[in-house]
Amino acid sequence: MIIKQLSVFLENRAGRLTELTGILAENDINISAFSIADTTDFGILRVITGKPELAEKVLKEQGFAVKITDVIGMIMPNKPGSLHHALQILTDNGISIEYMYAFASGDDRASAVIRTDTPQKAIEVLQLHKMELLKAGDVYQI
Amino acid sequence: MIWNEHHECMDRQPLAELQGERLRNMVERIYLRVPFYRNKLQEMGIEPGDIRSIDDLKTLPFTTKQDLRDNYPFGLFAVPQQDVVRFHASSGTTGKSTVVGYTHNDIQMWSEVVARSLTMAGVTKHDIIQVAYGYGLFTGGLGLHYGAEKVGASVIPISGGNTKKQLQLLEDFGSTAIACTPSYAAYLGEAIMEEKLDRSKIKLKAGIFGAEPWTEEMRAQIQQLLGLKAYDIYGLSEVIGPGVSMECGVQHGMHVFEDHFIPEIIDPETGEVLPYGELGELVFTTVTKEALPLLRYRTRDLTRLHVERCDCGRTLVRMEKCVGRSDDMLIIRGVNVFPSQVESVLLEMSETRPHYLLVVERENNLDTLEIQVEVEDQFFSDEVKELEGLRKRISGNLASLLGLHASVRLVEPGTIERSQGKAQRVVDKRKLK
Repeated sequence: MIIKQLSVFLENRAGRLTELTGILAENDINISAFSIADTTDFGILRVITGKPELAEKVLKEQGFAVKITDVIGMIMPNKPGSLHHALQILTDNGISIEYMYAFASGDDRASAVIRTDTPQKAIEVLQLHKMELLKAGDVYQI
Repeated sequence: MIWNEHHECMDRQPLAELQGERLRNMVERIYLRVPFYRNKLQEMGIEPGDIRSIDDLKTLPFTTKQDLRDNYPFGLFAVPQQDVVRFHASSGTTGKSTVVGYTHNDIQMWSEVVARSLTMAGVTKHDIIQVAYGYGLFTGGLGLHYGAEKVGASVIPISGGNTKKQLQLLEDFGSTAIACTPSYAAYLGEAIMEEKLDRSKIKLKAGIFGAEPWTEEMRAQIQQLLGLKAYDIYGLSEVIGPGVSMECGVQHGMHVFEDHFIPEIIDPETGEVLPYGELGELVFTTVTKEALPLLRYRTRDLTRLHVERCDCGRTLVRMEKCVGRSDDMLIIRGVNVFPSQVESVLLEMSETRPHYLLVVERENNLDTLEIQVEVEDQFFSDEVKELEGLRKRISGNLASLLGLHASVRLVEPGTIERSQGKAQRVVDKRKLK
């Protein structure tokens, strides 16, 4: 259930992100989910791709600082209150979220990528509450 | 006005005799009391009695900043602690400062050379002088303070910073002289413009500026902004502090107080003494200092000495403004900074040495230091708070080591230019030459 997310350090510099997406495209790596945390000087790109090991390798070769981070992916009905319900479960179990990003996929489902210090525990409690989780194999091809 | 006409206008021959006598006395003292020097001299087969005149100076060994560090804190002192009345210190690598000590007589001598310096700038007991150099371990504040008191001027010991208060006292007390770094002087001048102060209330006529490199363009700008005559003062704590040399009214180089500090210019590669007029590294021997006498101390400052008599009547040699360093030390807002100090801070925080670059700029006449650090795997976290925390830690550790604020910018790996061979660690964008 653990999903490998790529985290990439990016300076706030025009065109830098385009260079990165170019490298992924050239290597035929698909992007499934994507988020950027930004500060005044730099940003951290978090991206879930197909072939994460290959993506890490090609980006490192091109001089990017890259790290693989374990995250979990959660599937919810695309309707009011469902994200709240999921987060309540995590809160009730003392699991704090470092960051997350969510996306609706157009049909009746929505997904959220969650980074926590205790991913294994988060998986257990979510499964206990019958929440649907994304499998690594699925998510790389969303 | 000349404070000490006897010593400042002495004919060169009697001066050389005085220097020879003092040098011989100094070598005897350090041979007896400083094991470091005794060992060095014995290794070279030199006895104090071999020193017969000032011409023998060139046979003696050099002292370096590294020697001071190796003997930290008091290993090179030539007097017992009960005779030391003051310490000063400069920032050093990994917390090891360069410590200097003064006896009562040393403080008297220092006050004397600063009194001579202030007199060159026309400061007398009728003046009110604002000492805006930092007071504390740095020699600037207290050095100027004691000299100004010796002259009999009324001293305002305001120390550095606090610009609003500086301006208020300039107006209310009618300060006629000010001592600070040239960059701070320019900053004060611009603050006067911005605050739209009544210029007729500013009574400044002389500024004594030093502790960092500055240009003739800056001099013109400061003179215009503050309506004073700007004088250049030179010194370093190892030799005494400010007052090693000073510009007279002719402003044709800084007169070295040679009866106390004997200057030489050497080839930094070979150590060979160069004739007057040639560019090389400045070396000082402190012949009268008691607590920390230094034999042929290598300043790493590059300059020239001129011996032709000055129009002011003084016979003391004049040194030009320093044109650079024979090592990689930077002077930023009066603070000595070595790239190796920055490296030591970064190394404390990671196992491998990161690529880094010091970028020095001058904005609104104040020097700024930015440290760029490449975020390689050992530093990279995918959480913003970790990276921001890292940046603050680097900045905080640098501030406590250097006593200087530096902004830290995290950059991508590979963005700092690699040069062939020796890594480029510094980009100095200040235009000082």
